[in-house]
Amino acid sequence: MIVENFKNLGAAAIASSVHAGDASPSDMIRASFQRAREIGAGPDQLNIFLHSDEGASLEEADRVRERLERAPDVGLLAGVPVAIKDNIASLGLPTTCGSRILAGYVSPFEATAVTRLRANGALIVAKTNMDEFAMGSSTENSAYGPTRNPHDVRCVPGGSSGGSAAAVAAGITPIALGSETGGSVRQPAAFCGVVGVKPTYGRVSRYGLVAFASSLDQIGVLGRTVDDAALALETISGFDRMDSTSSDAKVPIYRLSALGGTAPDPQNPDNEAIRLGRSPVPVPPPPGATTLRGVIIGKAKEYFPDSLDASTRTLCERALDRFRSMGATIRNISLPRSPLAIPVYYILAPAEASSNLARFDGVRYGLRVDPGKGLKAMYEATRSQGFGPEVTRRVLLGTYVLSAGYYDAYYKKAQAVRTLIADDFRSVFASGVHAIFTPTTPTPAFPVGAISDPYEMYLNDIFTVTANLAGVPAISVPIGRVRHLPVGGQIITAHFDEYTMFRVAYALEAGLGAQAHQ
Amino acid sequence: MAVTRQDVLHIAELARLGVDGARADELTKELSAILAHMEVLSQIDTTSVPATAGVGTEGTPLRPDVGESPLMERTLESFAPVMRDGFFIVPRLATHEDSAESGA
Amino acid sequence: MSRERYEMVVGLEVHVQLKTRTKAFCGCSTDFGAAPNVNTCPVCLALPGALPVLNEKAVELATRAALGLGCRVNPVSIFARKNYFYPDLPKGYQISQFDQPLATGGSVVIGKNEKGSDVQIGITRLHMEEDAGKSIHDRYPGATAIDLNRAGVPLIEIVSEPDIRTSAGAGAYLRTLKQILQYLDVSDVSMEEGSLRVDANISVRPPGQSKLGTKTEVKNMNSFSAVERALEAEFERQCALLDSGGKVEQQTLLWDGARETVRPSRTKEGSHDYRYFPEPDLRPLIVDEKWISDARTHLPELPEARKQRLAQEFAVSPTEVEQLTATPALSDYFEAVARASGDGKAAYNWVMGEVLAALHPSGGDIAQFRVRPADLAELLNLVRDGTISHTAGKRVFAQMVESGKQAAQVAADEGLLQVGDESAIATWVDEVLSEHPEEARRYLAGEKKLQGVLVGFVMKKSKGRADPKRVNQLLSTRGG
Repeated sequence: MIVENFKNLGAAAIASSVHAGDASPSDMIRASFQRAREIGAGPDQLNIFLHSDEGASLEEADRVRERLERAPDVGLLAGVPVAIKDNIASLGLPTTCGSRILAGYVSPFEATAVTRLRANGALIVAKTNMDEFAMGSSTENSAYGPTRNPHDVRCVPGGSSGGSAAAVAAGITPIALGSETGGSVRQPAAFCGVVGVKPTYGRVSRYGLVAFASSLDQIGVLGRTVDDAALALETISGFDRMDSTSSDAKVPIYRLSALGGTAPDPQNPDNEAIRLGRSPVPVPPPPGATTLRGVIIGKAKEYFPDSLDASTRTLCERALDRFRSMGATIRNISLPRSPLAIPVYYILAPAEASSNLARFDGVRYGLRVDPGKGLKAMYEATRSQGFGPEVTRRVLLGTYVLSAGYYDAYYKKAQAVRTLIADDFRSVFASGVHAIFTPTTPTPAFPVGAISDPYEMYLNDIFTVTANLAGVPAISVPIGRVRHLPVGGQIITAHFDEYTMFRVAYALEAGLGAQAHQ
Repeated sequence: MAVTRQDVLHIAELARLGVDGARADELTKELSAILAHMEVLSQIDTTSVPATAGVGTEGTPLRPDVGESPLMERTLESFAPVMRDGFFIVPRLATHEDSAESGA
Repeated sequence: MSRERYEMVVGLEVHVQLKTRTKAFCGCSTDFGAAPNVNTCPVCLALPGALPVLNEKAVELATRAALGLGCRVNPVSIFARKNYFYPDLPKGYQISQFDQPLATGGSVVIGKNEKGSDVQIGITRLHMEEDAGKSIHDRYPGATAIDLNRAGVPLIEIVSEPDIRTSAGAGAYLRTLKQILQYLDVSDVSMEEGSLRVDANISVRPPGQSKLGTKTEVKNMNSFSAVERALEAEFERQCALLDSGGKVEQQTLLWDGARETVRPSRTKEGSHDYRYFPEPDLRPLIVDEKWISDARTHLPELPEARKQRLAQEFAVSPTEVEQLTATPALSDYFEAVARASGDGKAAYNWVMGEVLAALHPSGGDIAQFRVRPADLAELLNLVRDGTISHTAGKRVFAQMVESGKQAAQVAADEGLLQVGDESAIATWVDEVLSEHPEEARRYLAGEKKLQGVLVGFVMKKSKGRADPKRVNQLLSTRGG
């Protein structure tokens, strides 16, 4: 049966419709692939999908339906189509990380986050395009061609999770997984007019996420709405014994933050039923003058520099006004070391990447180019042909800053300044500020090919990278359009306080209403 | 601190990146430009600042000494470039060294 | 003589495989001898997306080793990545420890000097790391075969201070270290099997100079004696170089056992920039003080302590106790026999004699030896009581080894119970004297030295059953 208005359905609505028997998981898959064809998700058009298999997805959908027949209340995401960024290991479809060096590689194991989605009944429809090994801010660094922004096909969707953001923006899936190292979920979310979340470092297992910079990487979620993102994050969060850096902090029911107030009592059995999807989340009241009463939102001056794009600034001020009208207090704050974040990030991330990418050597998997001149020649030919220019640049940079004689001046120094950047956040949150609001990006989406200077490209991350360095959670929420191009506003909270982050995000979304997309 | 062409070739070798002459010149310029932006960090006083140790202060989790390797849904042969008799096969090191020389 | 003009200064780096069931960072088996690459998983294959999780037993054994070597165990230690490319190093880096190792500052006593005081070799540090896989170069022409079964097996690296001054001292250090680690039960410490590997650092300087000379690294020695010979060879080479006005260059050399020389490694120096940085996939290793002090309290008995205790309890001499404690299994066996029989001397004789001789051909493990200590003690008691003669005892032992039966049973079955009966002995003596008239005549004429021979004949005739004391007595009286 045809699913009406599929491209506007949220994940919770889809799951509830499937549970109610109004539609089957296969109906949802067909609707998703139909939408993908309509919008042009393939390589000759928007180039959102790298790999997909409608037949396999339909079979999987049947299996989900059988499970539901046996245990009807299983699955918060029953029948929900999801897209997965191609640097997250999945069974069945390849995992190429947007690189030639992993062309055709099918992982023999699956990322924990993907397993958890599947356990909740979600259906993987595609692996999405990305900047090679997550190094980039536009998806132009993919070995398989750039992805186009569904709002304006001349423009980039952002990066590195450009394909996942475009999939959600295009209405192909209500939810997608991406990855964050320096803003790679939030920035494309902002460019594509969708919601993007970077969780606290350690909130979501990294097992199965192909490592770029291990101390910064997190799997993030993209969603059509805040509710989609909250639901997705709930299902994938939590301790994983396969990841030594994952946290055992309890996972709250993020969706309940839409109701305002402090986190609900986890001991309350009603809440357990909600967590398992057996009871619906109560409908939140419409936004009003008391929605954010008592909430202090910080406006950090370093994130509103004079050079900020004027339209972006206007939209941010409108968002701040909306916060005030809902009862929040806006406080001027300072995060003084934030301007040092780009140099710090572009020392630490490439350094860790240079080590993480050493395993791509043509020995055990992936591309091998053997010129017949011995082992060293094989390594060099494989890696020079397998890696694109940005990856080569960053691996070189990373190797340099770790090398003898430079370690102290660069790597060690950057790690210390990182602590200072994180300390700024600690001080602000300790002073009573609940959330910090900033623009997500300095400008809206730019045309494909517009930026060729590497460092200029890096500056796209200027407002997002600090959250990765400090390990704090952050979300980008649509706050309006500049002409037709989406603009995102960012909300940052303290470690493991995604609950407050969602609360403020839900309020902003409700408070702006249709204006968020105008 | 400017990067020299010599540096780039040396680093490329350490990283087994196979960078040829022309590319080395480009990369020397690119890396020098990027690193110039990092100089600002040398002005920050970090004398008593510890390096970030990640989120949280607990130690690394330990697992019991029991056999439970994660399952693999595909065989090694399905993704190995060259395998023979169960071994991964690679071209011989041009200056054949055994593992005693590798730094292991 | 080189030794008069120059002093040898040696430090040793020893890598020891810990005897855990699974690898350091994944649940794959560490079993030896499996088919290539069967003991692998995404983690030790370094597949994209895999992550390490530390084995608690590896931490326990590493801590035990550190404490047994007198080190200070640091409550917080940090793992670090050592980055280099080699086909048997799947991640392109080894997870090791660099700036903050598990343990520092220990020592071992390797013997005594001429003045009778202890010769102590300092231990700079002990840290944890993972092993690489195996590269096999000669199986396929022009290619190298890689087996990753060993990749990820937990190791400890023990670095000594440059306190060793002779090649014999190096050998003594290694033997002492091996024995301590065996007693601690942390490793099989077998160079033949690869669970113990040694690299040496050696420099020379004029005697009395405190500044160290340039050191070279020597690798590829596969036995303790090879270490000693390699050090001698490199010492001579460095001395000759300095004598001829040259300078020692820092480099890595390989020991060539066939040619008894060191030759330079073909790896370019300076190409090993390991670019160490803290391992971001693992948090710091935290071992709390209570756990450390519990481990110290429950440390197995160390060789020195065992030697002193055995010498005291069982009245065995220093030389004897040295032999008996060669391995923990041997000394456990001896102690059990000595305790059960109440006779340390006899236990020593039988264990070092009959037992080791029986084990030797099969190269067997005394812990699995068919004759258990309690059984041997029973045999010793039978001999001591005079129930069977010493000679008969040896035959009984041989039977016990072969059949697995117990001493009393065998003695009875074989009719070996000692005969002290006067008339039986007298009969055998008479028969022997008549069967060997020449020896009998000479003995009775006064050649006392023939008594042993005649006793031997009687023992043979009686199939070992005759009580040799009585035989001697009777012969003596006959002899007059």
